[in-house]
Amino acid sequence: MSVKDNFEDGSHSQREVGERAEIEAQEFELKEALTNFRLSMHAWSEAAHSHPRTEQVVRRQSWRLAASWALGCAIAAGSVSSVVYQQHHQKEMAKVAAAQAKYAADQKLAAEQIAREDEEDLLAKVDSDVSREVPSAMEPLAQLMSEADAK
Amino acid sequence: MATAQELAAEEFSTVVTKHRPQIFRFLLASTRDVDLAETLTQECFLKAHRNWGSFRGDSTAMTWLMRIAINLQKDHWRNRRMQFWRHARTNSVDLDEASDWLPSGERSVEQQLLAKEQVERVWESVKGLSERQRTVFLLRYVEEQELSEIARATGLSEGTVKAHLSRALGRVRAELGGKR
Repeated sequence: MSVKDNFEDGSHSQREVGERAEIEAQEFELKEALTNFRLSMHAWSEAAHSHPRTEQVVRRQSWRLAASWALGCAIAAGSVSSVVYQQHHQKEMAKVAAAQAKYAADQKLAAEQIAREDEEDLLAKVDSDVSREVPSAMEPLAQLMSEADAK
Repeated sequence: MATAQELAAEEFSTVVTKHRPQIFRFLLASTRDVDLAETLTQECFLKAHRNWGSFRGDSTAMTWLMRIAINLQKDHWRNRRMQFWRHARTNSVDLDEASDWLPSGERSVEQQLLAKEQVERVWESVKGLSERQRTVFLLRYVEEQELSEIARATGLSEGTVKAHLSRALGRVRAELGGKR
């Protein structure tokens, strides 16, 4: 066996020893972690078992309860106010529509009234014109009628 | 003279006193939720009480109870997957909180911190395990059960239990090694 072979063998075995040591260290760490995990779980369970409802959970639950109540109230208030606003808005709209309809009806009535008055005025004017003009216009005819009566 | 029924009730009461902490611990580790673990433990013993008459003693009472507990938590996860609101209301604690529980013993502050970090990493890897792998892992490394007991409690063969354990340990190893 040459010196070179001896040297290579030495470094190889050193590497092997190093790797083995690393694996052992990893296994030791794994065992330690698993032991700590078991101890932690036992401690937690014992604490929770003797005090079933831990303060932390209760606090978190009450925080959640408060938050959900607040959210619920906000939603309820929002929907109620939106309903109220909508009803109010609808009432306003109905009032405006009624006022507009009344105004339109009044306008129509007024227009009709004016038209009727105009017509009456015109008829009255025609009547007065006729009553004033017909006697003179009808005079020859009346004379003829009276002559025929005399014969 | 006590009747058979009274004797059975007394026997059951002894079983509850003896095994309740262990069943609760397993359910707490599976759910990380104290309230839920309490509820499932109650359900487990209620179910056991109803079927106490049919328990023939083929396995130990502990194995029988653990089997009921495993089925209950399995049912719970199955139902929860379908119920978004239940999922949203979960009380399970964070991994950070779960790893807070460590007996201080005679450790230095540095050792305690190191241990807390290790526990956190184990929790992190447990979170990534499948339901079966997690159950087998917890029974082995928290409850320190033998492989044969785990096989009986889960209804799996010993070979399957070994395979699940090996995969679970692989994950823990990777988590510990990856963050070194």
